[in-house]
Parts: sequence; C-alpha cells; structure tokens
Amino acid sequence: MINEIIFMNGYGLYVLLAFSFTLFSFTGLYVLTKIQYNKEKDKFVAKFGALNPEKANSAKLQRINKEILSNASSN
Amino acid sequence: MFKFFEPNKIFLITSRAFKYVLFLFIVVLSIGLTEALILSPEDYKQSHAVRIMYVHVPAAWISLGIFSALTFLSVMGFIFKNKNLFLISKSLAPSGFVFNIIALVTGAIWGKPTWGTWWAWDARITSMLILALFYVMYLVAWRIYEDQEKVFKITSLITILGIINVPIIKFSVDWWNTLHQSASINILSKTSIHVSMLFPLLIMTAAFTLFSLLIFLMKYNTELIKLKRKGLDRL
Repeated sequence: MINEIIFMNGYGLYVLLAFSFTLFSFTGLYVLTKIQYNKEKDKFVAKFGALNPEKANSAKLQRINKEILSNASSN
Repeated sequence: MFKFFEPNKIFLITSRAFKYVLFLFIVVLSIGLTEALILSPEDYKQSHAVRIMYVHVPAAWISLGIFSALTFLSVMGFIFKNKNLFLISKSLAPSGFVFNIIALVTGAIWGKPTWGTWWAWDARITSMLILALFYVMYLVAWRIYEDQEKVFKITSLITILGIINVPIIKFSVDWWNTLHQSASINILSKTSIHVSMLFPLLIMTAAFTLFSLLIFLMKYNTELIKLKRKGLDRL
C-alpha cells in the first residue's frame, strides 16, 4: 500500500514533486506574509509607545488602533 | 454601498476571522490531499500522473480568478475614487501570483511524463506565462511608485491590459491547436470528468481558495496597520 502511494507505477516522482512544490510555495508565502505582518505590528506598537499620554489616549479612541494593540499583546 | 468597505469595519472582521480560516484550511487541505493522493482512482491513459491535476488545475483557476478580481477592484476603485478597493486588490495579488507560478511549475512537471517535455511554447502555457508577467508588473508597480495617485493609475492600467489575456488563456485550447486538451469541466454544458475525480478537484479548489483568503487577510491587515501607523504622525 505504502509502496503504491510512493511509487505510483513510476509516476511517484512527478506527482510528489508537484505536490511538494505546491506545499513548499504555500509555506513560503505564509511565512513571508506573517513576518511582514508581525514587523508592521511591532512598528505600530513602537510608534504608539513613543506617543505622549494625551496623543496615546486620543489614538486609543479609534477602535481599529485598540484592536491592533490588543492583537499585538495577545501574540 | 462602499460603507461596507470601510477599513475600520473590515479590520474588526479580518483580524478575528484569521484563526477560523486557518483551521478550516488545514481541515479541507487534509481531506483534499487524502482524496487526491490516495482515494481518487488513476486514469486509464495517464495512470497516476493524473493526480498532478489536483494541484495544477485549482492553481490555474484561482490565479485567473484573482487577476479578474484585481481588474474589477482597480477599475471600481478608480471610478469611485475608493482607495480601500486598491488596498484589497493589492492584498490579493501575492497569492494570485504564487498560484500562477504553481500552475506553471506543476504544469511543467505534468508535461514531462505525459508529453515528454518540461516546456512547450503551447498557446495556453505561453498565455499563462504572460499572465505571470502581468502579475510581476503589478506587484513591482506597488513597490516602486511612492505617489498614491500614480500607483493607482498604473496598477489599473496593468490590470486592464492584463485582463485581455484572461479570455485568451481560457479559449486558447479552442482557438489554436495546443497540447492541452479542451475543458473537461463546463458550467453551461456537460462536464466530462468523472465524479470520482471531480470531487477531489473541487475539494482542492476549496482548500486553495481558503489559502488565498488566509494570505489576503494577513496582507490586508498589514496594509491597514501601515496606514494607521502613518495616521499616528498626524495626531
């Protein structure tokens, strides 16, 4: 059974290569996108931390900013 | 109508939807891989090589679908002066490009055992390669142009020119003599593929769609955070 799945009548190399390339591309794109996302979130948090209290409170009034900060603290 | 596309509202949805989409993607992909690699039957002519279809065809469909969506969103964004539609479009492009590359590479891998060659300047392969070039131009345009108005114009122009290629890809197998066979799956007429192969194909298409949604959610949120970070300067 295992041999049949791996060798596939001599087509195993092509089939597994195609599937591996697809999954490798998925992983690569996912990791790259996640790195960019985390980087951008860190930049936001750093900039937010540098704001004076008055500006920080005003920024926190925006729901989206609050959401970004809560996402950043939960990760 | 465009109130729905307000970044603040979308961010709340997209930031929460991510983990559910990831979970669903893993489940659907696992079912799809089991079906495609183990449970689906081999083809009477191509034997097990037919299994490459389960990654090649959905990747090609989705890359075409995403490019069509890019064009629609860019044109709508341009007409209605809605920047958010451009952001959505920009966030969709990377997964569309990766699916295009997957379609080309898995097509080459499939070509070797069935046609005896990795590459042929066949009408469909060539038009898919041209689509990849349009994706590259689109993504590069976002990187090199700083001026927002300019980048909106240029990316819209790229998608409008590129969309001309989409029907060429679809009908290339009917218009010219190509190595590719005619479409086996038709929405308006009879589908010639057997249900035992259609089912895994549709499951894999669903998994790939969920993956592009996953990447879109992360990309879109990244773009919104970038915008909001710039907004902090204006406080």
